[in-house]
Amino acid sequence: MTCDEAEVLLHALIDGELDAGHALEVEEHIANCPRCAAALRDYREMSKAIAAAGVDYTAPAALRQRIEAALPQPRQAPNRRAVLRGFAMGSAVSALAATGLVAIVLRNDDIERIQSEVVSAHLRSLQAGHLTDVISTDQHTVKPWFNGKLDVSPPVIDLTAQGFTLIGGRLDYVDARAIGAVVYRRRQHVINLFVSQTSSTERRPAKTDTIQGFNIRHWSDRGLNYWAVSDLAKDELADFSEKFESAMRAQG
Amino acid sequence: MPIKASEEDPEKARRFRESALPYLNDAYTLARYLLRNAADAEDAVQECYLRAFRHFDSYRGAAMKPWLFAILRNVCRAEYARRAATPTSAIEDVPESAEQAPLWHEAEQTPEAQLQRRFDSDTIRRLVAALAEPFRETFVLREIQNLSYREIADVAEVPVGTVMSRLARARAMLRSAWLAEEEQQK
Repeated sequence: MTCDEAEVLLHALIDGELDAGHALEVEEHIANCPRCAAALRDYREMSKAIAAAGVDYTAPAALRQRIEAALPQPRQAPNRRAVLRGFAMGSAVSALAATGLVAIVLRNDDIERIQSEVVSAHLRSLQAGHLTDVISTDQHTVKPWFNGKLDVSPPVIDLTAQGFTLIGGRLDYVDARAIGAVVYRRRQHVINLFVSQTSSTERRPAKTDTIQGFNIRHWSDRGLNYWAVSDLAKDELADFSEKFESAMRAQG
Repeated sequence: MPIKASEEDPEKARRFRESALPYLNDAYTLARYLLRNAADAEDAVQECYLRAFRHFDSYRGAAMKPWLFAILRNVCRAEYARRAATPTSAIEDVPESAEQAPLWHEAEQTPEAQLQRRFDSDTIRRLVAALAEPFRETFVLREIQNLSYREIADVAEVPVGTVMSRLARARAMLRSAWLAEEEQQK
């Protein structure tokens, strides 16, 4: 077998598309041809690197909703029980239904009340023994801990290098719903980052408010609402949210 | 069998949802790589799903993903044509003759070079997006969408032999780009 034949056929070998006879021929060629062997090694390494990095894209929620809306609707509207069953199943459909409900709840509520609940949750967390349910500085320990406990796991990002140490995660309640809290520390200051799902995929830039002496920075991105609460100064809390958002963007 | 459309549609829509919507992320991923633009990809995927639903009666239970991709590819080609009508944008990146150029030219440039490092997803996406058509399409269908050569041939409407040569060139080009990127990041 010549190199130019092998150049094409070694791909079929990589992809498992070659019959046994041809596979043997390609392998024989590769055993005696350093150049083709190097190519094969590199192509396999590329495949592994691509699989490890994950280079696919996630369709925006709005696109899914538009397609859903364009299709003929089921004859009967889902009744309350069907919706609840959907929650229990945790399927993709129920996640959509759930976000719809949440959106209604949040629209009817005033933002001030939610912000004051977020501050209350922050205060509760500062009482002895309430700060974290899972204690770890490792994002790969904290992230999976949330799985199955919430409809949507909050993104857990290690910002230690940026000056905010990840110390753990906690399940909390805001607006009578379970919500994920990711806990960071900056010097002696605790930052609670509360994350909840929203039906809107619109990005809302961060805004800082002050309630009862605590600073709250709130923003929305890619279907998630964020509230960072701390007794840190406003500029340091802003710095936190910027570091967090840029780390999120870096993750794609 | 005469069924009134109003009675048939909800049932048809339900079957369509169950079989086609699970591939929404895959379709969106393919459209992103083909069109290299998020807004155009969204439009193309939406159009693809609406067309697929209209033609769902002709779907014979073969693999759903390649069936959807074939429709999506046609939608994307219409978008290429639209772009071509706009004077500043290109339709195809390479002239037809590029496909006939012998493969080993690229290999000679990088005789026994070896990949040294792995890149993050953004870097790899950029390298893949920079591949010329039709090599990019073939590469994405194989490496990211995991289609078989036969399925790729059906989606792209070319013989399997063409799929093989395109894939070989795509990987060779990506390897060169990868090595160049390593050099640049040093």
